[in-house]
Amino acid sequence: MAEITFLEGLRQGLREEMERDDRVFILGEDVGAYGGAFKVTEGFQKQFGEARVIDTPISEAAIVGAAAGAAHLGMRPVAEMQFIDFISCAYDMLTNYVATARYRAGLPTPIVVRGPCGGYVRGGPFHSQNPEAAFFHTPGLKIVYPSTVRDAKGLIKSAIRDEDPVLYLEHKWLYRRIKEQIPEGEEILTPIGSARLARAGTDLSIITYGATVWKSLEAAELLAKEGVSAEVLDLRTLLPLDDDAIIATVKKTNKALIVHEDTRTGGLAGEITARISERAFEWLDGPIMRVTAHDVPLPYAPTLEDFVLPQTDDIVKAARWLASY
Amino acid sequence: MPGSTSVSKSPPIPAGLSRDQLLEIYRFLRLTRVLEERLTALYKQSKVIGGLFRSLGQEGESVASAYALERGRHRDFLSPLIRNLGSLLVMGARPVQILRQYMAKDQSPTRGRELNVHFGDLELGYLGQISHLGDMVPVMAGVTLTFKMRREPRVGLVYIGDGATSTGAFHEGLNFAAVQRCPLVVIGEYNGYAYSTTPDRQFAVTNLADKAKGYGIPAVTVDGNDVLAVYEATKYAVDRARMGKGVHFVEVKTFRRKGHAEHDDQHYVPKEDLERWAKNDPIDRYRRQLVETGWAEARDLEDIDGDVRDEIDQATDACVGEPLPPPESALAGVYAHPAAAERLWFRSASG
Repeated sequence: MAEITFLEGLRQGLREEMERDDRVFILGEDVGAYGGAFKVTEGFQKQFGEARVIDTPISEAAIVGAAAGAAHLGMRPVAEMQFIDFISCAYDMLTNYVATARYRAGLPTPIVVRGPCGGYVRGGPFHSQNPEAAFFHTPGLKIVYPSTVRDAKGLIKSAIRDEDPVLYLEHKWLYRRIKEQIPEGEEILTPIGSARLARAGTDLSIITYGATVWKSLEAAELLAKEGVSAEVLDLRTLLPLDDDAIIATVKKTNKALIVHEDTRTGGLAGEITARISERAFEWLDGPIMRVTAHDVPLPYAPTLEDFVLPQTDDIVKAARWLASY
Repeated sequence: MPGSTSVSKSPPIPAGLSRDQLLEIYRFLRLTRVLEERLTALYKQSKVIGGLFRSLGQEGESVASAYALERGRHRDFLSPLIRNLGSLLVMGARPVQILRQYMAKDQSPTRGRELNVHFGDLELGYLGQISHLGDMVPVMAGVTLTFKMRREPRVGLVYIGDGATSTGAFHEGLNFAAVQRCPLVVIGEYNGYAYSTTPDRQFAVTNLADKAKGYGIPAVTVDGNDVLAVYEATKYAVDRARMGKGVHFVEVKTFRRKGHAEHDDQHYVPKEDLERWAKNDPIDRYRRQLVETGWAEARDLEDIDGDVRDEIDQATDACVGEPLPPPESALAGVYAHPAAAERLWFRSASG
């Protein structure tokens, strides 16, 4: 059993699916000869050839549109956004064309659009974004956002096999920071739509995803020393949300703290709050609270970025307040 | 025929087509026009639910370009726009499907979810557009990239209007397809108006073909109201694409003789232009051509006209009384899994 990084887990998942199914191909900017800006597809063009690992022009709308056309004909394209920030250039193609295709015209469009997202890396406003809220509002898309090596691998494989379009968000802060023992030869398929209990607790539930899973676990460790028992739920899939897992943890601890790295207004925490309110209002022993980024574009300077993004201490502070409510 | 010793008085077969094919083209032209005239009547009776888009004056280029493809199950593939009803009929769409689409019937190809010609058939090889113009160019780049990857000798054809050549998607898709040498033929329809906007407010080149040349794509401009000229130019492009020589652009110069949609009185169009182009009607021209060259007698064409009227009457009768889709059917089919969206508790049963 080898210890591998988050990035290697993703890479293994991609490679296994390309070896298993010759309908799978990759297209994106610098994914071929260079192996991708973060080297996710390093060696792929050599292994699978130029026809299956395609270097494209800088044209996100064409990348996603071409992927959709190929998918209609039975292919399984995986489109890389070099940084997920550039997915906004394909927003029309994803929300109007791809997401509606099955519903409006019965067109199967099994594509995966993946790319590095997230901050804490001094990337500035255009190399740090979390785009989930912009697409969460679009029926027809699925969104997955792994936080562990196992799920990085298991969710890319499930996303490629899914019959519908999936956005696969990979946090670049996790790429080489997170490591895990993954048994070789094990077929890992993380189910889409299913959350993961990252830590059991009794006093409050921290509901989160992506990089802030790790910050929440760190916070839970600190809270434990103060005698506060925090449960941490890693959503893993954002669309569709695992309502049952969210409601179950809230009914267990009776308090909900939602944590995400994305900005506050219009972020996913608002929707999760509404669902808890509709389905578990009488189980609550305190207000549903949010720890999120501030409502500003993400700035570059370390002092500014650290201030804007949610940190472990923020989670501890909010959890402490909620636990004592 | 050239080199023939036959004493037949018939002129050379135009564009390499047989007499049956020439008459079939005529039939598709008439079918397009009569179907649209029927839709206009249904629109005035409020049986067409949404807007009605006419291709009056453009039937020739739509039919002739599509006719240059190989048709049938899993053969060539095209993506029509709102004024390419004729191309859909050529590919095998049936008039009853179009009527049902416009009237939002449950039995329509999209079960009442989408409008007009926004529907497709992956087997017969046509893909419905969405309203975001330009988007079908990248999508058809992907379709034809797949033909190339699978080494299938198939060709794709996509239409783009003069106005939509201003979109980013058009440029991204055209460039992508050119770089990948996709077997794609692009028909650029210069019809004088994008809603109310004229080409001189849309771009600073004279011909759409000039734009294609900027991407290293061979391009030709033809008289869009000359049916056989459009056919020949498209056939050349299709053959070339099938041989692996990449994208080809065919610009057809034509004229939109109705408003953007039926509600639009096109007051912004000079009357003399409408009169001039009415005299240049592609179907009238083609009909004259067939009769003058002796390939058809007026009687043959009148028979076809009668058959087409009967076909449209029967198609209308078959579907005009059909029900709209049941309200609850709106929830199904957003995803393969789950099969239906959640029904909200406050929505009562059956509308």
